Amino acid sequence: MDTLNNLFLIIAAAIRGLFADPHSVWADITMDVVAFLAVIIIIVLAALVLILLERKVAGWTSQRPGPNRLGPRGWFQTIADALKLMGKEDVTPANADRLIFKVAPMIMFSLPLMTLAVIPYGKGMSPIDLDLGIFYFLAISALSTLALLMAGWGSNNKYSLLGGMRAVAQMISYEIPLIFSLLGVVMLTESLSLTKIVEAQGVVPFIVLQPLAFVIYIIAGIAEVNRAPFDLVEADQEVVAGPFTEYTGLRWGLFFLGEYGNMTAVSALAATVFLGGWQGPAILPGWIWFWLKTGLVIFFMMWVRWTFPRMRIDHLMHFAWKWLLPLSILNILLTGLGIYIYQLIPRIGG
Amino acid sequence: MSTVVFFIFAIMAVAAAWGVVTSKNIVHSALFLALSFIGVAVLYVLLNAEFIAAAQILVYAGAVTIMIIFAVMLTLRGDINESSPENKKWGIGAIVAALVFVVIGLVILTNSDWRVLPTPWTGVDTVKDLSALLLQVYVVPFEAAAILLTFALIGAVILAKGVKENK
Repeated sequence: MDTLNNLFLIIAAAIRGLFADPHSVWADITMDVVAFLAVIIIIVLAALVLILLERKVAGWTSQRPGPNRLGPRGWFQTIADALKLMGKEDVTPANADRLIFKVAPMIMFSLPLMTLAVIPYGKGMSPIDLDLGIFYFLAISALSTLALLMAGWGSNNKYSLLGGMRAVAQMISYEIPLIFSLLGVVMLTESLSLTKIVEAQGVVPFIVLQPLAFVIYIIAGIAEVNRAPFDLVEADQEVVAGPFTEYTGLRWGLFFLGEYGNMTAVSALAATVFLGGWQGPAILPGWIWFWLKTGLVIFFMMWVRWTFPRMRIDHLMHFAWKWLLPLSILNILLTGLGIYIYQLIPRIGG
Repeated sequence: MSTVVFFIFAIMAVAAAWGVVTSKNIVHSALFLALSFIGVAVLYVLLNAEFIAAAQILVYAGAVTIMIIFAVMLTLRGDINESSPENKKWGIGAIVAALVFVVIGLVILTNSDWRVLPTPWTGVDTVKDLSALLLQVYVVPFEAAAILLTFALIGAVILAKGVKENK
């Protein structure tokens, strides 16, 4: 059990042990490269599994079988789709802003790569352990709007540009409630480090102490990853596919990987901050608990996506500014009062 | 190692800043500005100021998108490739820039503590130090700045709304 729990730590120690001096600069660089490759593998695997899962959940919600031809119960469908995508021609539209057009999908893919690198996947298992974890995560994930706007601008297509503009309009609505909802947890733990936040949830996960913040985070998180009911950026019936309209082949595939990577990252942060991360009964290794909790959040997001109709953009702004923002500020106030009262109790007793 | 990283990102920041002022296309200027901000954020990390670096990316690089939207909406020229032309007043611009540089340089040179630490700096909790300074030592200027910004925000909303009512 203990071996299984520390499986990846043992592998990491073994790789480090290959060097004559396990703490030399070269050993550190090698470990960083290994961590980098591990995060890429996480994103690609997550995308492969999640695309199929999404279609299965969509089928389940609308009472149809979903993909069921290729392989056992259609489980190989995504692999065939990925191969088809690789064979497609890479088209750049005439009059496109070439450099911006080509760089945008790369930025979109690099963002989940940077955010997933600071998540603690198990005890002592964050690829990079940052003291600023949660703040760094928010700073990097805020840049996804820049990638969407670059794609929308560079494509030289009116629908793409409209989609990019919508991405920015949506970002200024959800970004502040998203950040404020996490502030309550930071106040409780007095730390921005994701490792310390998970360690503080040994007794109760923070969803018990911060239920309001969890709800706000999930709503704002769905808006952050541009999924229905907040998928205004790529609303098919209105703006074709928004910023992705002109993309083909692997460039479009990079966007897709980035989207699913972002979704994994947002769900992983929800699992880390509110659901206790790798903490759980010792019947399963910590990293399996972590992925179970992340999977639960992802499933919830898919369920919501295929159940609710799209919100109109002015309704979204109204909702974010007039409901989510005041509620998240109220949550900060209540948390502050709660901490103050909690600190008063021993004084009254003693 | 850190010297190499410093020069890579310092050159990137300065080159991107050069691109901001020389680009003819105003959207390119804004994107160069984002690149420049990210280069500066890396320099902050090298100075052990991680919190400022993350804030730099969140507040400045993230807000470039909003700036692009305003740049596109407020551009009156038909061709976006000629949206940010140069004018002949570069002489005045150079004088103002030099004056700003001298003032900032003087403030830094006269007010900084230049002593070299005997051991490498190992403090990790920059957030705690920063919050103690902001919310205890300098709380009055901090709140004054916050109230000033709120006034500006309310003023902007009233100005924007007033146009509609007078129609």
